[in-house]
Amino acid sequence: MGKPIPIRPAGASVPGEPPHPPRLAPASALGGGGPRRRTLSADAVFRGVTLAAGAMVLVVIVAIAIFLGYQAVPALGRNSANFFTYQDWFPDSAPPAFGIAATGFGTVYTAVIALALAVPVSLGIALYLSHYAPRQVATALGFLIDLLAAVPSVVFGLWGRDCLYTPVRELSAWLNHYVGWFPPFHGDGPYGRSFLLGGVLLAIMILPIITSLSREVFRQSPKANEEAALALGATKWEMIRTAVLPYARPGIIAAVMLGLGRALGETIALAMTLGNTNILGFDLVTNGGTTIAANIANKFGEAGDTGRGALIASGLFLFGITLVVNVIARAVIFRRRELTETAV
Amino acid sequence: MAKRIEAVGVTAYYGSFKAIDSITMTIEPKSVTALIGPSGCGKSTFLRSINRMHEVLPGARVEGRLTVDDQNIYDPDVDVTAVRRVIGMVFQRPNPFPTMSIFDNVVAGLRLNGVRSKPALAEAAERALRSANLWDEVKDRLNKPGASLSGGQQQRLCIARAIAVEPQVLLMDEPCSALDPISTLAIEDLMLGLKDRFTIVIVTHNLQQAARVSDKTGFFSIDAAGEPGRLVEYDDTEKIFGNPSVPKTRDYIAGRFG
Repeated sequence: MGKPIPIRPAGASVPGEPPHPPRLAPASALGGGGPRRRTLSADAVFRGVTLAAGAMVLVVIVAIAIFLGYQAVPALGRNSANFFTYQDWFPDSAPPAFGIAATGFGTVYTAVIALALAVPVSLGIALYLSHYAPRQVATALGFLIDLLAAVPSVVFGLWGRDCLYTPVRELSAWLNHYVGWFPPFHGDGPYGRSFLLGGVLLAIMILPIITSLSREVFRQSPKANEEAALALGATKWEMIRTAVLPYARPGIIAAVMLGLGRALGETIALAMTLGNTNILGFDLVTNGGTTIAANIANKFGEAGDTGRGALIASGLFLFGITLVVNVIARAVIFRRRELTETAV
Repeated sequence: MAKRIEAVGVTAYYGSFKAIDSITMTIEPKSVTALIGPSGCGKSTFLRSINRMHEVLPGARVEGRLTVDDQNIYDPDVDVTAVRRVIGMVFQRPNPFPTMSIFDNVVAGLRLNGVRSKPALAEAAERALRSANLWDEVKDRLNKPGASLSGGQQQRLCIARAIAVEPQVLLMDEPCSALDPISTLAIEDLMLGLKDRFTIVIVTHNLQQAARVSDKTGFFSIDAAGEPGRLVEYDDTEKIFGNPSVPKTRDYIAGRFG
């Protein structure tokens, strides 16, 4: 080892020594400041443009928030009921009475049903695509799944209303008859336009996003670790449990959260399939039920001044829920990125 | 414990490409056998066909007979997972499971075999880590992630993981190629210590390493690009490095080819 080289911040001077000369030669030494200055100003212009574009996002978000708040606050002031615990929605009666107890419950309940149905199926499809299917099959099926994500939700709504309604109605009657001892499956009917129909439809709608995101994380699982597990004598399923699923877990959580975000915000398909009554109960099979978004879609056209403000207030609340879900999903993805960077 | 491996006419394909052609050799128990040769000569392919890892790749298949103590592992009724439990493998790059602790990595194979008892796992982990000369370095941090170790330690962790299930054969595919000289030396010492208990087959590009650690050496080569790899010469390591009988081997050892 030679003499240690003293390290100090650039430009810092040591007592007794003259300060460092500037590292870069002055512009004139490079043959005049002209061309150099031009590049610098082009840089500055570009920087300004991108900064403005970035600031635009912030301005739009703030503008939306101010608009929503401005519209919502007067209506909330006229509300004679508790906004969070009142079940019904009569904003244009005198006095106005409205609350999100039923719509908020419906939002969360349909989303939970959709997740319960969609997550196992999605993970199964994703594992099949990433680790079992022959390549041609995986490509074709993956393309179909992506296509499913591109179907507009209003088309899903039409389809659910016309094609899914009858099977769900019959299934509901069957469930009530044979499994009715389990409270969610107990209902006196009529059946069909229920939380079950909305939940099943929503499950189909969030299936593509959960499938394609988890397929990506399954695909990224390190081949070296898969081989290590196989070389230890693991069967294919044991290999997946040892080397693929633990590695993919944060990614799966993020995929589920993004699916949940989509389920919470879904509007038109649920407005078309749910019974649109403000019920607050776990009955899956009887007609009825609504969500915040479906309630907005159904009531906005006929709403008066207070009615609009009330709907906007409920929209603000929904925005809050989806924001929290998305932030958690991003946080999980971010943590995963840090984890894999340090691990490799 | 250790077993004799006999390959008779082992030929391996990747799709329609023939990677090795009719390899016939006998690997003695409780010895270190080195496989050397230029890149692409099929030595790794042959190594991976000994524990049936070759067929993991899509389109890959093996023909011929490969017996471990007179049991042909390519018999249709042989369970491939049972083969791999008897024949452990260490890979070119250290590949500990990134989500598992040091302890969980070592006992991963035992857990796959259904061992659940905590004292049994702890005992097996200590035994394997001691055999891999890693115990003293990690005994105070068994719950830390396996990925927190240095590259050389990670490779010894992978060796511990492979030997924790008490295999009879240990295959090593260029186990030191990603390691610095000191870690390499640690692994070579380890191999010499392990050969009392295991039949070790190592693929290496490092001729000095083959000369230092092995009892027998097989030299693989190809006649031309696109041709399958062949076993050119297989003999005692002293003979291969001192007085090989095939001119091609002599050229390779002398560095005039490959």
